[in-house]
Amino acid sequence: MSSLTLTLCSLLYLSVLFSIAFWAERRSKRGGSLLNSPYFYALSLAVYCTAWTFYGSVGRAASGGIEFLSVYIGPTLTVPLWWSVLRKIIRICKVQRITSIADFISARYGKNRGIGVMITILCVIGIIPYISIQLKAIAESFAVLSGQSLVGPTPVWLSDQSFYMTLILAAFTILFGTRKLEATERHEGLVTAIAFESVIKLVAFVAVGIYVTYGLFDGPADIFQQAEKLPSLKQHFVFHAGHSTSEWLWYIILSMPAILFLPRQFQVAVVENVDEKHLNKAMWLFPLYMFVICLFVLPLAFGGKLILNNPIDDADVYVLSLPLHFGEKGLALLAYIGGFSAASSMIIVETTALSVMISNNLVMPILVSRPSWQKQIGNAWSTVVINIRRLAILAMLLLAYEYYRQVSHHFSLVSVGMMSFAAVAQFTPAIIGGIYWKRGTQAGARLGLILGASVWFYTLIVPTLVTAGLLPAHWMTEGPLNQGWLRPYTLFGLHGFDPISHSVFWSFFVNIGGYIWGSLYRPQSPLDHNQAVLFVDVFEYARRYDSSVAWKGKVQVSDLKALLTTFFGEERATRAMERYIRKHKINTQNYLADSRLVNYTEKLLAGAVGTASARILIASVAKEEPIALDEVIKILKVSHELLTVNKELRRKSIELEKLTEQLREANELLKAADQQKDDFLSTVTHEIRTPITSIRALSEILHDNDEMDQETRQHFLSTIIKESERLTRLINQVLDLERIESGRNKLSMEVTDMAAVVQDAVESVEQLAIDKRMELEVVNTCPEVTLIVDRDRIMQVLINLLSNAIKFCEEDKGHIWVRTELQGMWYVVSVADNGHGIEPKYHSLIFEKFYQTQDRNTRKPKGSGLGLAITRKILELHQGSIEVQSEPEQGATFIFRLPLTRFERIASAQELG
Amino acid sequence: MLKVLIADDEPNILMSLEFLMKKEGYKVYIARDGGEAFDLIQQEKPDLLLLDIMMPRMDGYELCQFVKQHPDYQHAKVIFLSAKSKDLDVQKGYDVGGDLYIPKPFSTRDLIAKINQLKAAAA
Repeated sequence: MSSLTLTLCSLLYLSVLFSIAFWAERRSKRGGSLLNSPYFYALSLAVYCTAWTFYGSVGRAASGGIEFLSVYIGPTLTVPLWWSVLRKIIRICKVQRITSIADFISARYGKNRGIGVMITILCVIGIIPYISIQLKAIAESFAVLSGQSLVGPTPVWLSDQSFYMTLILAAFTILFGTRKLEATERHEGLVTAIAFESVIKLVAFVAVGIYVTYGLFDGPADIFQQAEKLPSLKQHFVFHAGHSTSEWLWYIILSMPAILFLPRQFQVAVVENVDEKHLNKAMWLFPLYMFVICLFVLPLAFGGKLILNNPIDDADVYVLSLPLHFGEKGLALLAYIGGFSAASSMIIVETTALSVMISNNLVMPILVSRPSWQKQIGNAWSTVVINIRRLAILAMLLLAYEYYRQVSHHFSLVSVGMMSFAAVAQFTPAIIGGIYWKRGTQAGARLGLILGASVWFYTLIVPTLVTAGLLPAHWMTEGPLNQGWLRPYTLFGLHGFDPISHSVFWSFFVNIGGYIWGSLYRPQSPLDHNQAVLFVDVFEYARRYDSSVAWKGKVQVSDLKALLTTFFGEERATRAMERYIRKHKINTQNYLADSRLVNYTEKLLAGAVGTASARILIASVAKEEPIALDEVIKILKVSHELLTVNKELRRKSIELEKLTEQLREANELLKAADQQKDDFLSTVTHEIRTPITSIRALSEILHDNDEMDQETRQHFLSTIIKESERLTRLINQVLDLERIESGRNKLSMEVTDMAAVVQDAVESVEQLAIDKRMELEVVNTCPEVTLIVDRDRIMQVLINLLSNAIKFCEEDKGHIWVRTELQGMWYVVSVADNGHGIEPKYHSLIFEKFYQTQDRNTRKPKGSGLGLAITRKILELHQGSIEVQSEPEQGATFIFRLPLTRFERIASAQELG
Repeated sequence: MLKVLIADDEPNILMSLEFLMKKEGYKVYIARDGGEAFDLIQQEKPDLLLLDIMMPRMDGYELCQFVKQHPDYQHAKVIFLSAKSKDLDVQKGYDVGGDLYIPKPFSTRDLIAKINQLKAAAA
């Protein structure tokens, strides 16, 4: 492939990246931010996977087997802690407007400028090589694809494509990483582009993986079987004797802080976080991303070894050389773009994060601390800050480029990456201690960091300087000044570790030791203590941050406003101030600002120029008085008490609301019960009026008409009697139901022979059936069962069901079956008829009181409309149930169940057994 | 001979009213639900309607409304005989055009007297 095509493709890809970033920025201005989706957040976290992952893991797997996994296992192991650790860090940063890892640590330890400077320098030194290996990866992949030789003279700057690539990346970062003064504001375009790059690199890597695994081989099993035959590969299947498990362990430990504290990870995970809830999704999506991208590493490594088994081919570029070997230029190009996206995303985010650190923690504190400079810059501050960042980006990239050309060919991708990890790991004690241990002091943090960073530098960077020829070689073998215990790789005579593990061991040892010693034995300044409490208890103070910072002094409101104006412009400054004053009802009558307003101003400034600089700026306009530790403690206590009072009030009001709600519900229930009673009463009166109407009308007719014929007279009289009976029955049933429902009628339980009850009930209605010439049949399929029930009530149920069945069957054709059986724990009786049946939609309604009145399209059956309601109630009182199975014109079957007594259950179980 | 339509879903009430109205010299038509009544109104164009309110298929109110709005039948007098005795129900009976609302149970003598009053007023 020609260099021109490749250059064009790279440029094309970069222009796609530019357009995505532009598009995302425009979209968010219209309110359609993509970053509100947790998926974008999770994808942006995948900036963790750099060219090191894309090229380096395959190379490492080819020489060390599954060792490459350690740096993915470490982050995965930390994931469960994200909800406590990462969420806490995010919350602290939002509350205090912290914009970088350096700012975070400096803010925690009394807004100390020195600590910020130290962290920034350590980051820059530790990460420039890391950026340079990304440039190296781009250059190498370019060379492999264009067929240029990797060895040979390094081209001069102006004829080197990677130099121009570096400049374009610098342009992109400057364009999208330094848009706004306030580093707390989101970089919409940048993060969207990074998320896009994460997709591209994953797709490209998996595509090559699938091609090699399934195209060149018959699946993973085939690769592993073939690899097993080569002794050099077989040893990578397991940890063999030569492997050091301690190395594996140290690598895992090293990569755990890296996932959160690398400047680029801190940038995407904390600073660019939009919503803490996004963690929920990211906590499983991000490990899944790493899992997928690791899936094809071993097949690619073994496949490469099997196919291109010659030492000249660099295993780091198998992803490119394998497709190229088989003439798959398109796939190779995709892989190149994937690697390019992995490298560029790292470079872009890392330099953005570092540029903020350099401007806010390195340069600004110096600039703002000189009143004469302050005056000179006047209102141009925001331009100055942004330009410092731009300059920093350019400078760092050029530095990284130079490092790549001069030094990086001495080291592999992985070793350089590991050095960066080790540098960043030095922040761990100060950060973790800082958010969980209030006693952690500035002195402790400074001591730990200095010791840890020094040991890191001495044990990892000094050897590289020796290799590069900048320091005498005998340092490595004899130790400086011939002091053997100072040899960088075996410090204090510690043998048996590889360089990285060795460095991590010693640097952690002195770092943690220094931090704890310094914290325990050096005093904590009032501001230090104030910040310690606000960090450790962030979830308690988050809402009252401004009033929880202890501050004493005099400053005019107009001075604060002037300060804000120089950074944010007249309009924004006025608006921010006025809104805050109004919201907190701050009295500004005497022109002096109260401490809340001061803290708020400082916080706003911190978002733009960093915590330490903001502190200096406020101090420069205010007459501050020293504040004592007990004053800090008092203010925190007051703030905390207010918080507790507020919480208590809120709790009380919630309780009250709950109570009101309960009362309302009870009232509703009462109303509903009242309504039910009303309905029932009016239905009952209606039902009573009907027979009385007939009785009265017919009696009056009989009374007024002596001349009636005998037959009509008899008919009328018998009707009167029947209607009277109906009335009596109705009244009895209403009373009956009322007694059962109110619980006044207690069941009189007795041991009852069920077969006898059924027999008695059948006998009592038999005459009725015979009169209508119906068949009445009893089928007993169960053995003799005795239950403890109210005999009369169960009898009432049976008679009711039987008379209903008789009522709804046609004369002459009617057939009624009574069946008794045992079903598991239940004694089941069914009464079936071949009458008109009931439509399914009425099946549940018929057990309601007076159900017939509900439906206007059916003729009223004879009866009170209470029989089935009473039946159901009786069965429920026996812990039983009733249901009906029926279709129109298919007859109806009423089935009721009663629970067996324990004795009967045992008996029936034995029978079944 | 005047025609009367009696609609009720209680057979015994129908029986007593039928006897009563025949004795008064009316030609009597019987409907056991609202649907039957609706058909009979159109077939027979009765002069007097004695209507129950709660009946299957069509209720008394609907029947009355139909009669009073239709030019062919609106001459007919409508008397509601209902077990519903709340003020609201009575009011609704008059609102849909009923001439009289007599709550059940009613006195037969009273009923006949009121029918005769209605007849006299119409004449």
